[in-house]
Amino acid sequence: MPPAAELWNEARAREIAETFANTKGGLLPALLAIQSAFGHVPGEAVVLLAEVFNVSRAEVHGAVTFYRDFRERPAGRHVLKLCRAEACQAAGSVSVAEVAKRRLKLGWDETDSEGNWTLEPVFCLGLCACGPAGMLDGTPLARLDGARIEKLIDGAAE
Amino acid sequence: MSLNARLSKDAAALALGADAVAAALADAAARAERPLTLTRTGSRGMVWLEPLLEIETPSGWLAYGPMTAADAAAVLKAAANGAAHPLALGPVEAIPFFKRQTRLTFARCGTVDPDSLDAYVTAGGLKGLERAIALGPDGILEEVTRSGLRGRGGAGFPAGIKWQGAAKAGAAQKYIVCNADEGDSGTYADRMLMEGDPFLLIEGMIVAGIATGATHGYIYIRSEYPHALAAMRRAVAAAQENGLLGPKVMGSDHAFDLEVRSGAGSYVCGEETALLESIEGTRGLVRAKPPLPVHSGLFGAPTVINNVLTLAAVPTILEKGAEFYANFGSGKSRGTMPIQLAGDVKFGGLFETAFGVTLGELVDGIGGGTRSGRPVRAVQVGGPLGAYFPRVLFDTPFDYEAFTAKGGLIGHGGIVVFNDSVDMAEQARFAMEFCAEESCGKCTPCRIGSKRGQELIDHIISKDNAASDIAILRELCDVMKSGSLCALGGFVPYPVLSALDHFPQDFDRR
Repeated sequence: MPPAAELWNEARAREIAETFANTKGGLLPALLAIQSAFGHVPGEAVVLLAEVFNVSRAEVHGAVTFYRDFRERPAGRHVLKLCRAEACQAAGSVSVAEVAKRRLKLGWDETDSEGNWTLEPVFCLGLCACGPAGMLDGTPLARLDGARIEKLIDGAAE
Repeated sequence: MSLNARLSKDAAALALGADAVAAALADAAARAERPLTLTRTGSRGMVWLEPLLEIETPSGWLAYGPMTAADAAAVLKAAANGAAHPLALGPVEAIPFFKRQTRLTFARCGTVDPDSLDAYVTAGGLKGLERAIALGPDGILEEVTRSGLRGRGGAGFPAGIKWQGAAKAGAAQKYIVCNADEGDSGTYADRMLMEGDPFLLIEGMIVAGIATGATHGYIYIRSEYPHALAAMRRAVAAAQENGLLGPKVMGSDHAFDLEVRSGAGSYVCGEETALLESIEGTRGLVRAKPPLPVHSGLFGAPTVINNVLTLAAVPTILEKGAEFYANFGSGKSRGTMPIQLAGDVKFGGLFETAFGVTLGELVDGIGGGTRSGRPVRAVQVGGPLGAYFPRVLFDTPFDYEAFTAKGGLIGHGGIVVFNDSVDMAEQARFAMEFCAEESCGKCTPCRIGSKRGQELIDHIISKDNAASDIAILRELCDVMKSGSLCALGGFVPYPVLSALDHFPQDFDRR
């Protein structure tokens, strides 16, 4: 299980943001730290970061929406990332992804209604000589196949 | 008697179960009452043999792999008694894949504890920096220029010329930026180096700082590489504690410090100006050039941006001299290139060699063909913006100019092997889809062109009027090639056009 995210707490968020207030180009590290603490970047955080970094909300929103890693809503308890890039395609990743989508009943970038699973594409994890590759709750996975991904999904859900 | 052993903690080894092997080894050693000192290292680069265990014996270090937890007890026993074991591979240096390499940049990777500065120095580290401090800025610039070192990120620009530009720029603050946003599929050399020998990169960056008068550096690492980020952060902290980084580098009058920055999942941030924007904390929008970053880069200051492998080649050049390095290679491509074999390949891994070996030798000889056993149909060289090469081009030597002449690029040295089940129209479509997904949106040819390109290939695949659609697609590629602001939109025509040129039958769906 990944470490549980903290619930949104403005004082805590301000404390995190202010750590980076004097860092040159500190907005991106601050956003990463906010997401790491709370599991996502809620709308309140955008307002707060704009104030701390003295930039417009549009600029913060722009950064949040530009980078794939930032989530505006919490992810599921388990996050499965599957590589969609060419080296993994060559090793059979397309069918692995089909199996995962069916098992989880999810499409790319979707989270189920119970908040158990999030399925995300990733474009290369640097595991290109042992693909198809993925990452389950931060643990790297190699040489995936349909049976293995089903087993991993069922095992994590228990 | 205590046994010394080493086992990789490289992300690929971890993905293949190295931690379970480590736990089983500790358990087996305890049960057998045989003390075991297990050092977790980077990878030796032979991914098909990971997790690879090396054990020190009276006849040298012997390798065993691919290990599983179930093999741990038997392997330890065999190694201690000098007995045979089915997983025994002999010394790593005698394995043909390894023996044929020229390991300069990756000489140490996989043999040392990447968290230990002491281990780095004991294994010969910092000799390049010592000589650099003695030579001074002009001497360093001279060595790097004469070595013929070219940017390993893809563009192949001479590193010495870039450094001279920054050195000449008059500014109070200059920066060295390491581009570790290795987003190209099929490449993992940067990741392996940062996880396996991070002090080498730090050493190379300090040398760049001294040469150009830059006192601050950034290493921008993609967030998809959490293990590399952690390894690099540990190494930078250790270097700061030991005075390798700080106001007096190794007791000299040179100041240099480093920060590690994480990306946030954007491929285009590997483009150097988008990367600068990202370090500045904003959206990774590509900047128009000029001004070149060496004149006005990070926070408007003169900035040298080099790839991990470029900077990691520098300590060797300084330690052994420009001639030593320039003696390897072919034509204008000097030195060695860590080539990465990926995809459906039997012997997948990192193969560092002098430029000039042919593509066919790399794929069929060194790579051993496909892992699946099916015939090789195509290879994509240089990442998602690299061309697809058919077998008829396998006589192309691996160097910058030779690949350009055949309508391709070597990029960051990744080779992705595809078997005969590949559908090249689908691959061309994916190239456009990827470009649309990752486009920063600043210039129209890339932002709109990639989307239209994807739709056109969809049409072609669904059999609608293929001939006229193919003509439009070629025209679109021409516009994207010459009209895009950066290499994302500008190079995505390479995979598309090479698929069309070399595999036209895949686009004929009638």
